[in-house]
Parts: sequence; C-alpha cells; structure tokens
Amino acid sequence: MVRLENVHKSFGRLEVLKGIDVEVAAGEVCVVVGPSGSGKSTLLRCVNHLEKINAGRIWVDGELIGYRQRGDKLHELRDKEVAAQRRAIGMVFQRFNLFPHMTALENVMEAPVRAKRGTKAEIREVAVALLSRVGLADKVDTYPGQLSGGQQQRVAIARALAMRPKLMLFDEPTSALDPELVGEVLDVMKDLAAEGMTMIVVTHEIGFAREVGDHLIFMDGGVVVEAGRPREVIAAPRHDRTRAFLAKVL
Amino acid sequence: MTDQPTTERPSTVSVRPNTQAPAPIKAVPVRHPGRWVTVAVLAVLAAQFAHMLVTNKFIEWRWLFENAMFTKPVLTGLRGTILLTISSMVLGVALGVGLAIMRLSPNPVLKLTAWSYIWFFRAVPRLVLCVLFGNLGILWNRLEFGLPFDRQIGALFGVDNFELRLFGFDARDLLSGFLAGMLALALSEAAYMAEIVRAGMESVDAGQSEAAQALGLSRGQTLRRVMLPQAMRVIVPPTGNETIAMIKDTSLVAAVPISAEAYYQLRAIGAAAFKVVPVLVGACLWYLALCSVLMVIQYYIERHFSKGYGRAEHAKLRLRGMAAEAGGGGGVV
Repeated sequence: MVRLENVHKSFGRLEVLKGIDVEVAAGEVCVVVGPSGSGKSTLLRCVNHLEKINAGRIWVDGELIGYRQRGDKLHELRDKEVAAQRRAIGMVFQRFNLFPHMTALENVMEAPVRAKRGTKAEIREVAVALLSRVGLADKVDTYPGQLSGGQQQRVAIARALAMRPKLMLFDEPTSALDPELVGEVLDVMKDLAAEGMTMIVVTHEIGFAREVGDHLIFMDGGVVVEAGRPREVIAAPRHDRTRAFLAKVL
Repeated sequence: MTDQPTTERPSTVSVRPNTQAPAPIKAVPVRHPGRWVTVAVLAVLAAQFAHMLVTNKFIEWRWLFENAMFTKPVLTGLRGTILLTISSMVLGVALGVGLAIMRLSPNPVLKLTAWSYIWFFRAVPRLVLCVLFGNLGILWNRLEFGLPFDRQIGALFGVDNFELRLFGFDARDLLSGFLAGMLALALSEAAYMAEIVRAGMESVDAGQSEAAQALGLSRGQTLRRVMLPQAMRVIVPPTGNETIAMIKDTSLVAAVPISAEAYYQLRAIGAAAFKVVPVLVGACLWYLALCSVLMVIQYYIERHFSKGYGRAEHAKLRLRGMAAEAGGGGGVV
C-alpha cells in the first residue's frame, strides 16, 4: 500500500531524513516512534507531499507521490494532481487544525463538498454518520472552540475519513491532549484499525503501539534504527538507542 | 511509607459535605476618590464647551440648519460623498485582496508586480493622485484598446500609420470628474488594503492551510474557504478605519476637480454667505453622522466574522449553555 524507497529530506543544510525505506501493506498499522527531532513527523508529511523530498521515491497505492515518471525523467505534478493524490490520504495533526470558523459538521463536509463527491444532502448524511461513529452525534453544530481537545481530535479524524481515504496518517494525535482525554482518541483509532484501515501513526503511546500496531519503526537522527513486530521490539530491543528511548517512555 | 503505626495527624484538607452555604461576602468596596475628581474636572470642561457652542454668535446654528446643512446642493454633495466612499472602497478592497493574494503567491512575477504597485501607490499622496488623475487627459487624448505598439510594429514592416485599434474613448470624457476621483482614491486605497489583507492572511495559523491541503482542497479553495474567512477577523477592524478615513478623504477630490461632494458644497455656501465657521461646524456634524453609521455597520460585520470564537459568540453560547446545563447537554465551553 505504501512504499518509501531511500527517502531523503533536508531543510537547508539540515538533513532530516537520511535514506528511509518503509513498506506498509494494506490494512496494516505502522507505528513510528522515536525522540523528538528524529524526523518522524517529517516522514509522515512527505507521504502526502506536504514536504517535497530531495531524493528517493514514495508510492501510495501504486501511485508515485508528487511526481510522474516518464522514461528516466521525473515531472512535478500540477497542484490539482497533487490535491487529487492527497484526497486518498487522510491526515490527523497533533494540533487538530480544525477550521475554527466552521461547525464540526461543516468541518467534516468541507472537503467532500469542494471535491463534489455528491449532493450536499448526501454528504451531510455521511458526515453526520461519521461524527456519530466517533461518538460526537450531539456535537454536530458545535464550533471547535467549544469542544474539548479529545472531541476536537475526534472531529479531525472524522474530517479526514470523510474523503474515504485508503491511508490514514496520524501525526502525534494525542500529544496535545490532557491525559484523561487520550483514551477516547485512541479508542477511535483502534476501531479504525480493526476495520482494516491502513494507518501510519507517529506516537509516543507505546501501549497503543503494542496493542494495535502490526509494525513498529524506531527512528533516531533521520534513520530507521530498528523495525519489527511491536511486541518484540518493545520487549527485547536489539539496539542501544531503542533501549534507551523505550526506558524513558515506558 | 513505613509499617510503623502513625499517630493520627489532622489532615490539612478537610473534605466536608457542603451542607450549609456560607453567608455571602459583604465587604466594603475600595474607594476611588480620584475618579470623582476627574469626573468633576471633565464635567466643568464639557459644560464650558457646550456653553460656547450655544452662546457663541459666530456659529449661527439657526442659519446653519436653515440655510446650509439641508440645502439641496449640500444633500446632493452628501450623496456624492457617500457614493464616492462606497465605490472607491469596494474597488479598493477588491483590488487589495487581489494584490495581497499576488504578494503571497509563490509566483515571483505576481509577487514583484504587487510589490511595485503597493510601493508606488503608498508613496504618492492622495491629493497629488487626485490632481494627477484630473489631468491625465493631458497625457492621453484618447484611450484606445487594440494591438499594443501597433504603429511601431507597422513601421517595422514599412507601413506608415498602421493602426489596429478596436475601440476607444475620449480621455477627457472618461477621466474627468467622478471617475477620475474615484480611481485616484480606489487605487491608492488598494495599496493599503493589500497590506491589511496580507497581514490578516499571515495571522492565520500555518496549520490551517496545511490541513486544507491535506484534505485535497485546491489553492483557490484554501484561500476562499479557509484562509480569508479567518483572516477577516483581523482585516475588518482596520478596514473600518480605512472606510472612515475614506469618507473624509473624499473631500480631496475637490482637487480633481469634482464639486458633487459635501465639503465642497458647504464651503461654497459658506464663502457666498461670508459664514466660514458655521459651515465648518456643519461639515463636522455631517462627517460625524456618517462615521457613526459606519461604526454600527462595522460592529455587525465584526460580529459576523467572529463566528466560532470571540466574545460575542462565547456570550451567546454561555446563555445557551445555561439553559442546556440543566438538561446535561452543556459540554465544554
């Protein structure tokens, strides 16, 4: 479903990703952990082309992200084509990034309405269903400013799901939440994983990684230090850096 | 903790069922004698001013109201002032939004064009622009649309006086009077509005456009649906300022010259009747009235764009919340 091949990314002189190879099969949950500054968020943002990579290739569902290959030449995609690729990839941000001037329902409806995915009434029906699926049926007409962090993040998940993405990216979805609100967001994500959604999750929730993850990647300094089955990596990390990190977060 | 039995220590925090509400606090409020002194001083000053307004015979209220403020030329002039304000603001805001979007675009050509425009029109005083636009007819007799540089191209191929023009106007018809004044004000306003709109757009959190992009919205949709509505909260107050300034700047078009404008008409009446001060007081009153109306309009526009946040919205929700609280539908406010 997702394939990253030797991905490099620099911001100016700072090299953030130094050759990343990752493969995520359809229906798999890939959890990315690592200290801050290790490049995990950047990696996620490269997958939907919010960041342009400097070298390497990224494929999502067989489609090269951000470029078109003709012969041995790469052509940049037009904004419209990039937007079309992004519609197949949902993204959930650490800071929610809900549109504050729209109600929860309007937030969820915005993308499908603009992409003309049906009549307003149809889209509205789907959006209401999505909001009740994340347990917010009674918050349809509420503005984000009046929702708790956990509720906002669940609206954000519903918003990302509204485009029926094939892949969901989660960028530290629970890091900005009060501890008692983390559970409600993780529960929604667990349900989503159980339904077979392909997910890449950057998180510090080791418990979630162990329980839901099919695949765990430990990143540090822009490289994948260790990868494997979450239970095995967490129980018996082979690498010193992994061990040191896990000792701190567990 | 040790296993050693400890003597019962009084807990510092006592948890006691709140059976009885304590008596409400009745404290003596802090006194503010300074406020009373200030009020007294201001009251005397205001009374003096009011007394002057009423008794000074050079203001001539009766004459002002009967023979100046509501005369036909002044009312027509007032209509001109309002029309000029609205039309130049509408054009100025539209152009300004366009310029701001150009300045923020990744396209270097658009960026430089917008920057140059803003550079020029912010540098030139409005009064100078008004005079200049009134005299553009000297630069061009006619305004014509067709192939640019047609004569030069003709000369290149050895054709004399080759002209390829579709339609044209006499510049003097087009650029005299109202239109010249409006253009001078609007083009200048656009430069200021561009900066205001740009500041508004830059005030929107970067995560917002990222979220919109991640959802697959196009650049235009992101601007229109996500960025601008949020930028409006920042844009509206200074735009209100600009509109109020514009009402007053319409008096500059007298230099174009345009006479269908309130200040010009009042001055003319004053000059004819040798009553300078009364008409100036009259002008003040009219501008005051117009600006007051604008302030009310601005209040409602600001309230509209504070949807989702802001004090007004919170107050409304709190009211609704109070009703809902009993029903348990309150949620986090």
